[in-house]
Amino acid sequence: MNADDHESALSRRRVFLQSALALAAMPLLPAAAETGVLRIGLTPVFLDDQMSFLTRWRGWLEHRLKRSVAFVQRGSYREVMDLIRGGKLDFAWVCGYPYVRYRHELQLVAVPVWRGRPYYQSYLIVPADDRKSAGLADLRGKVFAYSDPDSNSGFLYPQYRLTSQGENPTTYFSRSFFTWAHRKVVEAVGVGLADGGAVDGYVWETLAEFHPALTRATRVIERSPDFAHPPFVARPGIDATELQRFRAALFDMPADAEGARLLRLLSLDGFVAGQPALFDGIARMAARVRRT
Amino acid sequence: MSALADLSLRWKIPLRVMAAVLGTALAVTAALVTREYDEMRQNLEAHAKSLARVLANTLVSPVLHDDIWRAYEIIQSARDPAAIAPELQADVVMVTDAEFRVFVSDRPRDFPIGASPASRGGAYGHLRAALMAGKPTEQLVIEPADSTHYFVMSPLVADGVALGHVILGYSKVSFVPRFIGLVGRAAFVTLLVLLLIMPVSWYAARQTGAPLLALAGAMRHVPGDLEVARLAELPKSRDEIGQLGDAFRRMVGELRKKEELEDQMLVTERLAAVGRMTAGVAHEINNPLGGMLTAIKTYQRHGGGDPLANQTLSLLERGLSQIRHTVAALLVDTKPQDRPFEPADIDDLLILVESEAHARSVTVVTEARLERSLHLPATLLRQILLNLLLNAIAAADEGGKVRLGLTAAAGTLQLSVCNDGRHIPDEQMAYLFEPFSSGREKGYGLGLWVVYQIVQQLGGGLSVDSEPGCTTFRAEIPYVENEVSVEANAGFGVERNGRDQS
Repeated sequence: MNADDHESALSRRRVFLQSALALAAMPLLPAAAETGVLRIGLTPVFLDDQMSFLTRWRGWLEHRLKRSVAFVQRGSYREVMDLIRGGKLDFAWVCGYPYVRYRHELQLVAVPVWRGRPYYQSYLIVPADDRKSAGLADLRGKVFAYSDPDSNSGFLYPQYRLTSQGENPTTYFSRSFFTWAHRKVVEAVGVGLADGGAVDGYVWETLAEFHPALTRATRVIERSPDFAHPPFVARPGIDATELQRFRAALFDMPADAEGARLLRLLSLDGFVAGQPALFDGIARMAARVRRT
Repeated sequence: MSALADLSLRWKIPLRVMAAVLGTALAVTAALVTREYDEMRQNLEAHAKSLARVLANTLVSPVLHDDIWRAYEIIQSARDPAAIAPELQADVVMVTDAEFRVFVSDRPRDFPIGASPASRGGAYGHLRAALMAGKPTEQLVIEPADSTHYFVMSPLVADGVALGHVILGYSKVSFVPRFIGLVGRAAFVTLLVLLLIMPVSWYAARQTGAPLLALAGAMRHVPGDLEVARLAELPKSRDEIGQLGDAFRRMVGELRKKEELEDQMLVTERLAAVGRMTAGVAHEINNPLGGMLTAIKTYQRHGGGDPLANQTLSLLERGLSQIRHTVAALLVDTKPQDRPFEPADIDDLLILVESEAHARSVTVVTEARLERSLHLPATLLRQILLNLLLNAIAAADEGGKVRLGLTAAAGTLQLSVCNDGRHIPDEQMAYLFEPFSSGREKGYGLGLWVVYQIVQQLGGGLSVDSEPGCTTFRAEIPYVENEVSVEANAGFGVERNGRDQS
């Protein structure tokens, strides 16, 4: 799949199965920022398809912030990025890759802490019944599943790997496709639709905990170096107190009983402030891929 | 086969009806099942075709945009893991591109992306050939003979161009459980219907056979026991069986008549034989008897006065006279010259039997009287009537009744004497008219014999009906109506039978 196709594919994306999610966000679709409602964009950097969890989280945030909160979900990272860059969202939980592309516009709010560190990895997975493949090199000429063209772990890292090895990522695989969510990369590889896939290691591990049947159908053959965990970012020109209040709410989650329960469901330890420099590794990879 | 042919209609008819009912039920069930099967196939095909069409329409844009995952999600959504009708579940859903390579399939391990479905061999090889043969923008249903699957292929048409095809593969085998279920249900319903119909049919069939069985049962008594056969309960309908029953009754009637006739003839012949023999013996006795009596008379007139001899001869004479009387009684003495029978003769007879009747306090009733004299020998007729009346009075109960009836019409005198005494037992009936056959102590038992002989000689007939409370002797004697002399009357040709033979 080449880059030109992304646009059209993106536009078709929201039509079908995720319509349920779109429906939940429907009242907020006229995406003009309303005073009084805090609008938070979500992407599949975590398991964003758990509606009951999101309802609880929203309730908790509303209770903490003393104002209404609305989660906004879209079919791809790019749509959420467009919304927050346009100021139509207040905050968003996005991937490090789009963040580094627009970090001059956006403000870093918080970085999740997973297994004690604000890092995660990209996993290269193959179907569990594929006993032979041991690395990316074994997947040449096969069918490959990416998660999202704006995902670090699900797209940028494998692109970077191939590029740095002197391979052309567009011809390295016989076919490649996007599933627009990490979870679906696991599914696509698990059923054998793709011979390999790149997936967010944090999502894979969380799935292994809550939906082990999905991950059991796959096998991790490579783990990337550590990357900064997908961060919460704020829109350009956000009020500083507002940002502080939201950041404080995230930081206080482990201390609060319900907040701690929510974190357990996210498999996270908490949030830290983090520095934009944390994402320099991703920025370097992005620059390297873009050059080719 | 022969065992079946020998089977009674009692079973044969119901069994045949049952067989017919069963056959009909099976045929109807088979027809229904066949129809249902066709309908099921058609429904299935229609369902598959519409599903393929919907999928094809939905899949145009993912294929156009090379969005494999979305295409996969779409074909997955066509799958219902908890389908009520598993045969509606496609075994394989596949999207091929314009080069007949797999774009996506719901069984990626069997049909990986980019491979040719034909590489699986078998039926999938035919699909391509079928695609080539047909118009690329038409929906196809392909049922390769050597495959366990059949396929519905719907083109993905964008702006009149086929981008590829949606191929739905359905297992023919998955169809079987539903079909077996169908057959099972049909069998169950048929069984229920049979349970209702069978007893009714069985009963009706038994009813149909019953008249035939009754007829056959009655026929088994022919010719052994005609009376039982006659009394048998036979069908009285107007159909063929009823006609058979009527014919059977007529046949039994004729047989009985014939049997009676034969019995009668036997009696008549025996009586005739007895008569001939009696006449012969009587004649042989009479000849020397006459001589002996004449000799005794001559001796008595001219013989000596030896008292011992006289006494002995007198004894002999009385004995011989008795023999003569007995023989005379045996030989009915028809007198050639006689006067005609007058109504007054009946009065004479009544007077004659009066004392006897009085002794037994029996009433003699004359039911029909003669109006005029008949050209029949009076002495003989008087003999007949006297014997019959005396017999009847003797047979009647104390204080009983004897009826005498006489009618003369159309050249026949009909006379009947009836008493209300005990009836004559059957075993005695056959020998009733034979000499010395009387059951009574009194008399020789020659009375009826004489009556019989006279009636025979007069060319008439004699019959007796005896049942408890009524025993009737009837005689029919022909006579000549016109004024011809009695001597010339055929009725007097009795010598032929009686005398001439002696």
